[in-house]
Amino acid sequence: MYRYDDIDQRLVDERVAQFRDQTRRFMAGELSEEQFRALRLRNGLYIQRYAPMLRIAIPYGLLSARQLRKLAAIARKYDRGYGHFSTRQNLQLNWPKLEDVPEILAELATVQMHAIQTSGNCVRNVTTDQLAGVAADEIVDSFVWCELIRQWSTFNPEFSFLPRKFKIAVNGARQDRAAVGVHDIGLRAVRNSGSEPEFQERSGSDPELEDVGFRILVGGGLGRTPMVGHVIREFLPWRHLLTYLEAILRVYNRHGRRDNIHKARIKILVKELGPERFRDQVEAEWAHLKDGPSTLIPEEIARVESRFTRPSYEKSGSDQDISQSEKSGSDPIYAAWRRRNVHAHKVPGYAAVSLSLKRTGVAPGDVSAGEMEAIADLAERYSFGELRVTHEQNLVLADVRRRDLPALWREARALGLATPNIGLLTNIISCPGGDYCALANAKSIPVAQAIQSRFEDLDHLFDIGELDLNISGCMNACGHHHVGHIGILGVDKNGEEFYQVEIGGAQSPAALGKVIGPAFARHEVPDVIERLIECYLERRDSEAERFVDVVHRIGIPPFKERVYANAHQGPSHRSREPVPA
Amino acid sequence: MPTLIKGRRIVHENLSLPKGEVLRLEPADDLALVAERLPHAARVEVNFPKFGDGRGYSIARLLRSRYGYRGELRAVGEVTRDLLAYMEACGFDAFLLRDGEDPARALAGFDELSEAYQASAVRPLPLFRRRAA
Repeated sequence: MYRYDDIDQRLVDERVAQFRDQTRRFMAGELSEEQFRALRLRNGLYIQRYAPMLRIAIPYGLLSARQLRKLAAIARKYDRGYGHFSTRQNLQLNWPKLEDVPEILAELATVQMHAIQTSGNCVRNVTTDQLAGVAADEIVDSFVWCELIRQWSTFNPEFSFLPRKFKIAVNGARQDRAAVGVHDIGLRAVRNSGSEPEFQERSGSDPELEDVGFRILVGGGLGRTPMVGHVIREFLPWRHLLTYLEAILRVYNRHGRRDNIHKARIKILVKELGPERFRDQVEAEWAHLKDGPSTLIPEEIARVESRFTRPSYEKSGSDQDISQSEKSGSDPIYAAWRRRNVHAHKVPGYAAVSLSLKRTGVAPGDVSAGEMEAIADLAERYSFGELRVTHEQNLVLADVRRRDLPALWREARALGLATPNIGLLTNIISCPGGDYCALANAKSIPVAQAIQSRFEDLDHLFDIGELDLNISGCMNACGHHHVGHIGILGVDKNGEEFYQVEIGGAQSPAALGKVIGPAFARHEVPDVIERLIECYLERRDSEAERFVDVVHRIGIPPFKERVYANAHQGPSHRSREPVPA
Repeated sequence: MPTLIKGRRIVHENLSLPKGEVLRLEPADDLALVAERLPHAARVEVNFPKFGDGRGYSIARLLRSRYGYRGELRAVGEVTRDLLAYMEACGFDAFLLRDGEDPARALAGFDELSEAYQASAVRPLPLFRRRAA
């Protein structure tokens, strides 16, 4: 965990007081609806379909057991006893009262939490790989860099009123688990191969840091105009990270479109200028900022690193001991869980474990207050009191002793958190959809539940193999449907809910799905998924070839044909006209 | 009549014409085109046509850092209490409050946050450099 210092705490406390006063002024009629709107949106407070929605920041998805207990207490006291983990690794409360929000923020501040910049046209919560700090393929611990960016972006006076919201993702490992290609800025840690002599700099005390830098991608994003980001710099030495971000944000702040909310994201600016011209503008701006006072120094990296608590790992027993204790769980369901929900760890004798929040019958990402407390308890007993929220809306206990796996599994299973489906079809990413959200065209949670029920059989699920299925209730794409191997988008046609299906999307390397054809009624969706899966199972070369690989190899038409072929004979009526993408 | 804040104080402006030119910039203006007039300007006004239009903040940063403008830099338009601290951090030193803002209460807007992580016109060094010093 990152531990606040006095200044971090003071700023959060002062923000609570500031927001309390803004709320008071609004309730007293001193601030208009419109003025207060812009202010509350800087603090994660939306007015939703039925009630306000408060989005609480979980910086880079890292959460302590103590914080989770506080969230449980808040959900119970101020809400209806549950919360929703979002794809931005945050927690949303869907029923707080406006007048209670200052008090909620004050309670959050007591556990070093806040709702700063979780909404509004500013730099949002920085996201990263849920295996940061423990992954075997790590180049840098991305949490440290995320925290540096968090500080730089918090109340940044110049970039508090951007044309539109701004999302940064950092990936510190060789494999991209942060979907950097679909963010406004994606940063990938790389080590300099020495090909750029101009950057053969010495970084002082820390030889580990010396050749570290970032590949910079800009202009990716989902939403109604999905795009994959462009690399505008192959290698930026770490010292220059903040000045380079400043240059990008300044070009965007000055030249991003403000005439049309749907064209205001940086991806549109990058597209309209072309990535080369955009890069030239950034580099020209950066030339003035480079080596200025915001250039990072090794002492600051070391300071931020030292404010993170680190697990004190015990020396592992022999491999013999580990395999002995693991044998105790010979249950086939345990074996399935080991395969899907347990991940490699850089420290021998340890593993990272996903707790699935995707059980059949529960909205993806939803947790009750009681479950939060039970999870906090698991984190304390099995993983040094720490956990991570993933952008797939699950939780990860990152530091579990391998010999504790059977015991953890039994406890997680009793809590309904051991569904062995990480990476599989039923691990559905879904936005809250029309059940909660005022923007939604259609409900998404019932669709997710219907699909999960259809594919409950574990043998079948494992046979299908890795498959990301993502659902968004409208084209704002909070459910990331464009990068699902199968993506489902809720659309409105004359007041009726329909669902458009895309296939072939992927998070990394980022690829956008293509619509297979006319949209479907809600009850038809599970059948459609089943037909897509049938087609895949028939066409795959081997079990190693995933659904998305087959789509990329053979294209959309065979799938389309399978889904629509029996349109005239099936019980469902599918003679709908296409919905524009 | 709108109130002017200067040097964090409410002031009543002398209505006689200032010596030199008053340059007024809109959010989309190209600073390179006015650069040579800056040394002779009595003041520069930057307009905030809407609360959420943040271009004026970058304009102020550029005028102060890139163009070396040291004279009065006045925010006009949608200038409200809740924006004053951001504007000041970007280099504004004069603020023409929007109609209807309570000037005395607006002054409180400057001090709601007592520290900042970033380098700014108010704090030329970012917090991490001041910490390391």
